[in-house]
Amino acid sequence: MQISGAQMVIEALIAEEVEVVFGYPGGAIMNVYDEIYKQRSFQHILTRHEQAAVHAAEGYAKATGKVGVAMITSGPGFTNGVTGLADAYMDSIPLVVISGQVPMSLIGTDAFQEIDAVGISRPCTKHNYLVTDAADLPRVLKEAFYIARTGRPGPVHVDIPKDVTAQIATFDYSKEVELETYKPTTKGNARQIKKAIEAIAAAKRPLLYLGGGIVSSGAADLVREFSKMTQIPAVETFMARGTLRFDDPLLISMLGMHGFDDRVTGKLSEFAKNAQIIHVDIDPASVSKLVHAHYPIVGDVKNVLEQMMPLAKEQIDPVRYAPWLNTIANFNKLHPLSYTEEGDRLKPQWVIERIGQLLGDKANISTDVGQHQMWTAQFYPFSRPRQWVSSGGLGTMGFGFPAALGVKRADPERVSINITGDGSILMNIQELMTAVEYKLPVINVILNNNFLGMVRQWQTLFYDKRHSQTDLSIQPDFVKVAEAFGGVGYRVTTKEEFDAALKDAVEKNVVTIIDVVVNRFENVLPMVPAGGSLFNMMLEYKEK
Amino acid sequence: MENARRVISVIVLNEASVLSRIVGLFSGRGYNIESLTVAPIPDSKYSRITIVTAGSLRVIEQITKQLHKLIPVLKVYEHADLVEKEMAMVKIPMNESLGDIEALAHAYNGRIVNVGSDTLIAMVADEPSRVGHFLEAIKRFHPKEIVRSGSVALER
Repeated sequence: MQISGAQMVIEALIAEEVEVVFGYPGGAIMNVYDEIYKQRSFQHILTRHEQAAVHAAEGYAKATGKVGVAMITSGPGFTNGVTGLADAYMDSIPLVVISGQVPMSLIGTDAFQEIDAVGISRPCTKHNYLVTDAADLPRVLKEAFYIARTGRPGPVHVDIPKDVTAQIATFDYSKEVELETYKPTTKGNARQIKKAIEAIAAAKRPLLYLGGGIVSSGAADLVREFSKMTQIPAVETFMARGTLRFDDPLLISMLGMHGFDDRVTGKLSEFAKNAQIIHVDIDPASVSKLVHAHYPIVGDVKNVLEQMMPLAKEQIDPVRYAPWLNTIANFNKLHPLSYTEEGDRLKPQWVIERIGQLLGDKANISTDVGQHQMWTAQFYPFSRPRQWVSSGGLGTMGFGFPAALGVKRADPERVSINITGDGSILMNIQELMTAVEYKLPVINVILNNNFLGMVRQWQTLFYDKRHSQTDLSIQPDFVKVAEAFGGVGYRVTTKEEFDAALKDAVEKNVVTIIDVVVNRFENVLPMVPAGGSLFNMMLEYKEK
Repeated sequence: MENARRVISVIVLNEASVLSRIVGLFSGRGYNIESLTVAPIPDSKYSRITIVTAGSLRVIEQITKQLHKLIPVLKVYEHADLVEKEMAMVKIPMNESLGDIEALAHAYNGRIVNVGSDTLIAMVADEPSRVGHFLEAIKRFHPKEIVRSGSVALER
């Protein structure tokens, strides 16, 4: 089939069964947009900012497990999208992001809207391509989707010069990908697995430490089966919320965020220093990166668990861990996750718990970044994987709303809620327009404390209350903002008002903002000061 | 742990921007490159990159794992038992003793390779530490220019 490069992009997206593309047109990508205009196979959602297009594709990918697709133009279109690429890279989200580039003859001449896009995306993508010949496009696009979704998933960026999208060449989209230099390991080493199970069977106080890879590999059901069978208690990382049901008696709570990164471990030399560690990871570079693993197992956690199951059934005696479970139950009694109601103002934690009580499993929850994000991870009753969509690694303010749009597009039957702060929401508020145009009725719940709360908390605790540039007392009228775009807004100061607003928002078939006035000086606890050890955890703090 | 000198060979697909992927990984993750040698492997679509670096065992392990994660990387060898060579060329004014220079170069597996009207060029090819010794010793002949290559290495 002899077709243009632009037509090849469309044909490849159809072959990959893409149902939605999030994007924003511009000069260098116009040939492709002309073909988008002519086709009826997939929907294109026009966000109002390229960053939002990539975040929406992330939200879609997180909710479905499929590869999310975003399309942007060269120069500023591309650089606006970079935050999304970096975010997806840090959180291992499968994306294919296609950008336009100036024509080949102009590359390197500082042409209008020219930037070295692959040079910029190289350190924040799993892989990238600059396509210099339309004949390469079918192979490149096939590889891009394959690389994005296999192994440790991640974003792949494909940069296509304008003349390449106009060039005619043969389109032959193969079924198979043959990459000599990329063969991700998926099965675990049988001998290591055998040793690991023996170590668990001999242990007195085993603990499952569940990470985000369980969600991306679709292993949550197996994990539930494994923990039930062995009666080993579990903690979840931030990225793994929803792996076990919130009311599972074996689920202790959330442990920091993100694998063994600095926010979980604190001071490395003090982290679990008496424990033997079995680390299962699809990425060999993550095993023993920061914390030494005594039993490293490289492989897809779903396959590894399938391999472990029969051995565990034979060798692990669940009764053995009963005293350990008792000890943990006592910890939970001594230091339960809690907050105290005081004064007239709503507590942000109450708002999150209340959303959970009213909607529970019926809602998908996205967040922005800050205190509201931590409280949501702590207090929302998650009951399934992919219910929770949040920027864990990069910590991108402005992620939540566009991500929630992608989630709503992926899972329209459920309510899509973006729990956000008065700082974060302003970082992609223009997406109200996208939500209205495409009838994606996301509910934005602003936990409004008139502060950049997380930074304010650190300033309170470690900078002697010098609240430098974090006071957001001057704010727009969020109700009017919502209305100006054609949405609905609510300003809420009491529990009754919140219940009424949420009920109304769920019934409205249009995007909403619920602006909840909350206690200004609430802190996220427990917390570990940067560089401190987990033994120095701050469990309570009273504002003086 | 002490920062040991290591030689890593990386076999990569011969394609655009592959070298910047490798070099970018080192700079982006704060690893050090002491020297770098790249050339295509004859009759193949691959190139061989020889990198001399320094770091603790843990850092070196991370470097090799991160290199392996790059899509166009076929193999990563972290050499233990190897034959390693470097070369150097030195430009020396003609008023020095040719015989002495020839003898010195000869001791380090080299010779005079070019004689011009004002200067001559001597080259050596030897183990990195010995090339270092040669460059120390050649100072007495007042070299005007010195060029030193990166290492190439093969497992024994």
